[in-house]
Amino acid sequence: MKILVLISNVPDTTTKIRFTGDNTAFDAAGVQWIINPWDELALTRAVELKEAGAVEKIVVANVGEKITEPTLRKALAVGADEAIRVDAKPEDAYFVAKQLSEVAKDFDLIMAGIEASDYNGSGVGGMLAELLGINSVSAVSGIDIENGELKIHRDIDGGSQVLSVPTPLVAIVQKGIAIDPRIPAMRGIMMARKKPLNVVPAIDAGARTEFVSYELPAPKAACKMVDEENAKELITLLHEEAKVF
Amino acid sequence: MSVLVYTENWDGKFKKLSYEIVSFATAIAKEINSTVTALSIGHVADDELKTLGNYGANKVLNVQDDRFESLDNKALADAVTKAAQAEGAKIIIFAHNNEGKAIAPRVAVKLEAGMVSGVTGLPVNFDPFTVKKKVFTGKALANVAINTDVKVITFAQNSFDVVEAANEVSIEAFDPQIADGEFNTKVLDTHKITGKVLLTDAEIVISGGRGMKGPENWSGIEELAGLLDAGLACSRPVSDEGWRSHEEHVGQTGKIIAPNLYVALGISGAIQHLGGVSSSKVIVAVNKDPDAPIFEAADYGIVGDVFKVLPQFIEAVKELKAQG
Repeated sequence: MKILVLISNVPDTTTKIRFTGDNTAFDAAGVQWIINPWDELALTRAVELKEAGAVEKIVVANVGEKITEPTLRKALAVGADEAIRVDAKPEDAYFVAKQLSEVAKDFDLIMAGIEASDYNGSGVGGMLAELLGINSVSAVSGIDIENGELKIHRDIDGGSQVLSVPTPLVAIVQKGIAIDPRIPAMRGIMMARKKPLNVVPAIDAGARTEFVSYELPAPKAACKMVDEENAKELITLLHEEAKVF
Repeated sequence: MSVLVYTENWDGKFKKLSYEIVSFATAIAKEINSTVTALSIGHVADDELKTLGNYGANKVLNVQDDRFESLDNKALADAVTKAAQAEGAKIIIFAHNNEGKAIAPRVAVKLEAGMVSGVTGLPVNFDPFTVKKKVFTGKALANVAINTDVKVITFAQNSFDVVEAANEVSIEAFDPQIADGEFNTKVLDTHKITGKVLLTDAEIVISGGRGMKGPENWSGIEELAGLLDAGLACSRPVSDEGWRSHEEHVGQTGKIIAPNLYVALGISGAIQHLGGVSSSKVIVAVNKDPDAPIFEAADYGIVGDVFKVLPQFIEAVKELKAQG
């Protein structure tokens, strides 16, 4: 089985978000870039499956400019065998999915995180599946391979399911797919330098949406404090002031 | 031409979220002189289907086909696409939840539509059609224009005030004619709790963190939740420790919720936790540490011992209920 893991290059979770150009562009100055947390969990599970002997090859793919290469090297250090970077500035989810559809054709399983922590799009995985005309399962919380067959665990309202879905398949993964992200070991980092990172040119694909401008949320009013001994008053406030019940 | 809404039901009853989206769609339809068609897939009784009219739906397309119970993403996307085409829909609205995220992107590709996910209110502009959404996990907002004729959006729960707009609603059976070969998802096993308040659709959520000290201390939380018809949630350490089921974990990597009231008991409020609850309308925090980040996000707070506070909450709610 061959697995493709889609990797988004995103600002570190603790990044202070700023904009430039009259709030029309994200200010990337001084930003630390990381593998999107959900993609990192997807990759971790792919590596676990490979270590268990059920997977021959893991490829990671990203649509981005040269700035994303350290993130792809990290993915190689975590345990991917090969990386692909489609050389383009990611414009929107459709643009990215269309680029990926060119490099995603020969895989049994494609794994994508449920969303990227920058633009919170949740679109690329499903769009890619549709462009490739293959099955997709979203809200995937576990993947096992038994006798060469995929068992997909999916969250549903009020519970979960185990599914069998024919390959090729896009699995859009979330919480549960792996417990903690795999941290690259020194040996992995050394090996990653020698692994192939192939840069492929972008194809023509128009974006269908445009990020016009950004704003920061309005500052929140201060928290109204109630004394511990007087906790019942808080329920009164919720009833009479906030009117939530 | 119409605005098409993908509705969802839970055990045959529409989710509160579906009413919110129908209401939201009705407001959009009014702006563009259009009508609202709701698509219902599953076993929902006619009386229940009609309730969508109370929020402005003009028509309900009712799909009753057991094959969709496997929630096959591809087949569902086909069905929604066919409904959109039959209705000449220019705007298709899903919830920004598991089902919406699974189907909307596929529908967008099929209809050559631009898609924006997690939309948080009415369009800020209709020409070009521009909507607002949260980005950077709530740390900023973006205005995003959709450049295509047909538009797909997923709508972030609890970001629109539901308006009742009683309407005569017509109910039509709809058969999207999906071939058997399109259904490839086979359900081998289902583990589902019914009869409980659905966490992602609950108006009130009571949540416990590490400050609860152990699973044996949850009876107070359960009692309070029972009194308020609330959903139960917990922080990540609590589900990782196995004190509570991972179904209850809310946060950036767990369930993302947006109830009217979120009560965080003994939760410090790490950024990852806040990422999953910050869209709640009102947040209450009880924590012994006055510097806990949860107080930055909270509207009401108590610095103190959760085991002293919780019994007072329960007593106060009981008194309130006794007053009627």
